[in-house]
Amino acid sequence: MSQSATSRPVYRSPFDLPREEYLAPGHSLCAGCVAGMIVRHLLKVAGPNTIVVTATGCVEVSTTLYPYTSWRIPWIHVAFENAASVASGIEAAIKVLQRKGVIDPNKRINVIALAGDGGTYDIGFQALSGLLERGHKVLYVLYDNEAYMNTGIQRSGGTPLFAWTTTTPVGKVWKGKWQQKKPIAEIVAAHRIPYVATANPAYFIDMVNKFRKGLEVDGPAFIHVIQPCPTGWRFDPRYSIKVAKLATETAMWINWEIENGEFRVTVPVPKRKHVKHYLRMQGRFRHLTDKEIEEIQRFIDREVEYINKRLGKEVIGPLVE
Amino acid sequence: MQGKQLPKWNEIPPGGAILEPGNSVKRPTGDWRTFRPIIDKEKCVRCLLCWVYCPDAAIKIIDEPYRTASGKEWKFSVEVDYTFCKGCGICVEECPVKAIEFVEEVK
Repeated sequence: MSQSATSRPVYRSPFDLPREEYLAPGHSLCAGCVAGMIVRHLLKVAGPNTIVVTATGCVEVSTTLYPYTSWRIPWIHVAFENAASVASGIEAAIKVLQRKGVIDPNKRINVIALAGDGGTYDIGFQALSGLLERGHKVLYVLYDNEAYMNTGIQRSGGTPLFAWTTTTPVGKVWKGKWQQKKPIAEIVAAHRIPYVATANPAYFIDMVNKFRKGLEVDGPAFIHVIQPCPTGWRFDPRYSIKVAKLATETAMWINWEIENGEFRVTVPVPKRKHVKHYLRMQGRFRHLTDKEIEEIQRFIDREVEYINKRLGKEVIGPLVE
Repeated sequence: MQGKQLPKWNEIPPGGAILEPGNSVKRPTGDWRTFRPIIDKEKCVRCLLCWVYCPDAAIKIIDEPYRTASGKEWKFSVEVDYTFCKGCGICVEECPVKAIEFVEEVK
């Protein structure tokens, strides 16, 4: 089953990416929504022999406005919480049909589960944990826009500290969300699955190669992709990619992967910027005082120290600017 | 679907499945746009970054040779598909040579 898998090329430049589009234009994602770009590249890498399962979320509601669909490949949606369970069932069914000879046993059919942060961090978490434990050969892609953007910007487990949402308002007592973001990729990595990665669409070569690795491994793979949301993060749609790039440059978002137990940072940042550059671009952080920004910076410094200590060398550099 | 009747309940496939893949192309999103990106083919260095970053697949690669005024030969060009471009401006912001202009739509 792995013959066609090993022939997948390593992507080095935009010219290596396939030209076919499996996500048709005409979907109703907001202007400047990076989810469209993430899904486009995911499907380019996966190719036509793919079944996509989506949890309820922005991508699900906006790409399939009945009677239209943007998907040029088989697609299914069941409920909010069970994208991972549906994907496991499809994968098991393919295995049985291949054993019985109904479909060609050498044909490789990719099963991809696609969910937002609400469908992964909070609602779909136990289904995801079950999928990882049973070891189904499914690629689970999480596009993380850090709140329930589809229903109108409610807080989720993925919302970062002090971020404004409609359920964590800003006033005399509340200063946005009180809690930290849940480290979902590390929780998934604790399941000891073959491939876990975090990716950033601004570093698209790194992202598509992670999708490729995730589809190649024999077993579950999990990829956590940051997805700047112009509507919910309150910035001009044209800065979507700039905000994503700043997330990595300020080490708010670290691109790493764990391949068969080996931890690697794939996008080293030799000189890191102050988090204020990232926070000040977004309206959801406009209420922050300098003291609160320093608190976030201290937290990021600790994270960076932890990553560098884990690797035994300095991949994320000191703070300049 | 403008002007057309929606299918009746007994004409809909079981489960509400949509049998025509990618039929959202019948639903142009270009009318969302308030600003129009215009690619200057003379300045463009064909790096494809706009094509990569476009969330709507609204940048097309045209396989036609193009000769710039200074005599440079290109094998292909990129063009904006205005039927689907929502005018977000990511391409304008990400273009490394600032070859994409962003002008207001005036009707």
